[in-house]
Amino acid sequence: MKAVCWYGNGDVRVESVPDPEILNPRDAIIRITLTAICGSDLHIYNGYIPGMQKGDVLGHEFMGEVVETGSEVKRLKRGDRVVAPFTICCGECYFCQSDLWALCDNTNPNAMALKKLYGASGAGLFGYSHLYGGYAGGQAQYVRVPFADVGPIVIENGLPDDRVLFLSDIFPTGYMAAENCNIQAGDVVAVWGCGPVGQFAIRSAFMLGAERVLAIDHIPERLELARRGGAETLDYADSELMSKLREFTGGRGPDSCIDAVGMETHGATIDNVYDYAKQSLFLETDRPGVLRRAIMACRKGGTLSIPGVYGGMIDKVPFGAAFAKSLTLKMGQTNVPRYLRPLLGRIQNGEIDPSFIVSHRLPLEEAPLGYHIFNKKQDGCTKVVLRP
Amino acid sequence: MSQSTLTAANMNLLDRWVSVFGGIALASCVFRRDSAGKTIKGLLGAEMIRRGLTGHSFGYQLLGVRGNGDPRGASVSIPYGLGVRARAAVTIARPRAEIYRFWRDFENLPRIMKHLVSVKVNSPGRSQWVAQGPAGRKLAWEAQMHNDIENELIAWRSLPGADVDSAGSVRFKDAPGSRGTEVLVHLQYNPPTGLLGATVAKLFGGDAETEIESDLFRLKQFLEAGEIATTDTQPKGPAISYRKPVQSSTQTLHAAEPQEVAS
Repeated sequence: MKAVCWYGNGDVRVESVPDPEILNPRDAIIRITLTAICGSDLHIYNGYIPGMQKGDVLGHEFMGEVVETGSEVKRLKRGDRVVAPFTICCGECYFCQSDLWALCDNTNPNAMALKKLYGASGAGLFGYSHLYGGYAGGQAQYVRVPFADVGPIVIENGLPDDRVLFLSDIFPTGYMAAENCNIQAGDVVAVWGCGPVGQFAIRSAFMLGAERVLAIDHIPERLELARRGGAETLDYADSELMSKLREFTGGRGPDSCIDAVGMETHGATIDNVYDYAKQSLFLETDRPGVLRRAIMACRKGGTLSIPGVYGGMIDKVPFGAAFAKSLTLKMGQTNVPRYLRPLLGRIQNGEIDPSFIVSHRLPLEEAPLGYHIFNKKQDGCTKVVLRP
Repeated sequence: MSQSTLTAANMNLLDRWVSVFGGIALASCVFRRDSAGKTIKGLLGAEMIRRGLTGHSFGYQLLGVRGNGDPRGASVSIPYGLGVRARAAVTIARPRAEIYRFWRDFENLPRIMKHLVSVKVNSPGRSQWVAQGPAGRKLAWEAQMHNDIENELIAWRSLPGADVDSAGSVRFKDAPGSRGTEVLVHLQYNPPTGLLGATVAKLFGGDAETEIESDLFRLKQFLEAGEIATTDTQPKGPAISYRKPVQSSTQTLHAAEPQEVAS
């Protein structure tokens, strides 16, 4: 089959690779009908995710048709049309049973390596390095889905692929980011980063009752998309950003702040130049500029919600400010299965059409071009979907 | 490593007397005017006096040998003062009795323990174990179960003639709340290469504690999820690719279909 394989910094290629096979009784094989490039794939593309090997198949946002099932798969059957969560969940451990699916104990075969790095390992992830299990991803014609009865949701009605595909990651991720804000009536939510996750966070914050949403980015088409979602927008390159945030909130600061950027903050601020320098000397792994500003901006007793991915060590984080203002910090990979049904419901009753985010529809063979323009944010690129 | 093994006596009486007098002879050269290498001889002598007086030789310890005889009795597998200790724990969301039953049938264990090749129960309480050792070597030993409390504890030790002397126990405890069962493993073994070999192995990640931890992790997966997660064979691109990566930022976007307007 054809698959998108990683070969190094800024280097992905479409290669012929062996078809996936059933390895365990609870596996299924899915023929991919639509897949997407995620912003977190760009962290791999830019070389910030350790544990990648040349030839690894990428992709954790995909949907398709079940073509083969293992002997212990009871719920899914051949021909089912499914969307699979990017987290692989066993459904039996303490964390799956507690609705904390991204923390599943049993699905990362390389858990010991991650344990050495982080103290414990969460769920295995599709196409996201050998530290997260080394599972082949879904930017391919076929994919093996372990514990197929647990994660994937069957799409029974005729909703088009690009309306349900994003249930696999970015819609639930944006939604969980807003849910983590514990939004109360009258709340103002600030969202840093108007990429796909930020866009879904903006719309989810309104669904959950936010009074106003302030969206912060630099790229005109992304800010425009945020405005279409009902947000008021600010430019991160604006030297008066922090005072404008205070002004927008009557001096209180946003009730909650969402960092939908993560480890690769952009912009020519002094602290970010410092982070770039340290990063290039391997003295720091992540550039946490947004995290710093979100901590400083957030109102007293507010919540900082972090859906943006961090991977390692960060410097000069104003933790004293977070302490002094009694901030609540909520973060982590998305517990996707928890949100599949409720969010499919919202799509079905027309509250949201997630395909608004798609700017480029390419055949799978054009994936390297898709990565390139998504990374450079060229050609108005907000989201690339690939059809195998 | 326990504290006591660091200082325990491991020399015999003759060895100690020779060490003390040899040390005095060597160290006394510091009072002679024409002696070469005074500092080194003095330090060496002082160390010889120390090991003679305390009866503890660091050299013997590193090599994993004992000079003062083998004090092991009928129920000791690891001589006092030698060996490496490892401990690991895992919580499994299954009832205590089920985990105990699985473990108690030792022939189940090669399914979850990576380096275990086979276990054969010879007679009640006695079993023959074969494991994959370092550098492709096979290690074999006969074990005796010397304690077995249903749903609580299993303890074993290797019998004389083992490739690796070892002794260990596994305890099963109810976890708080409804979190299942805590499984705690203690293992003490005498690495064939001595303490030096165990230290080198640890540097390269092959230490017993990590091995036991990952074995317990597989046990948990097997009992909770019914299978052990694997990515042993995954679709993968060739290690060397001859395809040209995209590099030009001026590449045209003719392949992109026109943007569809969201409804």
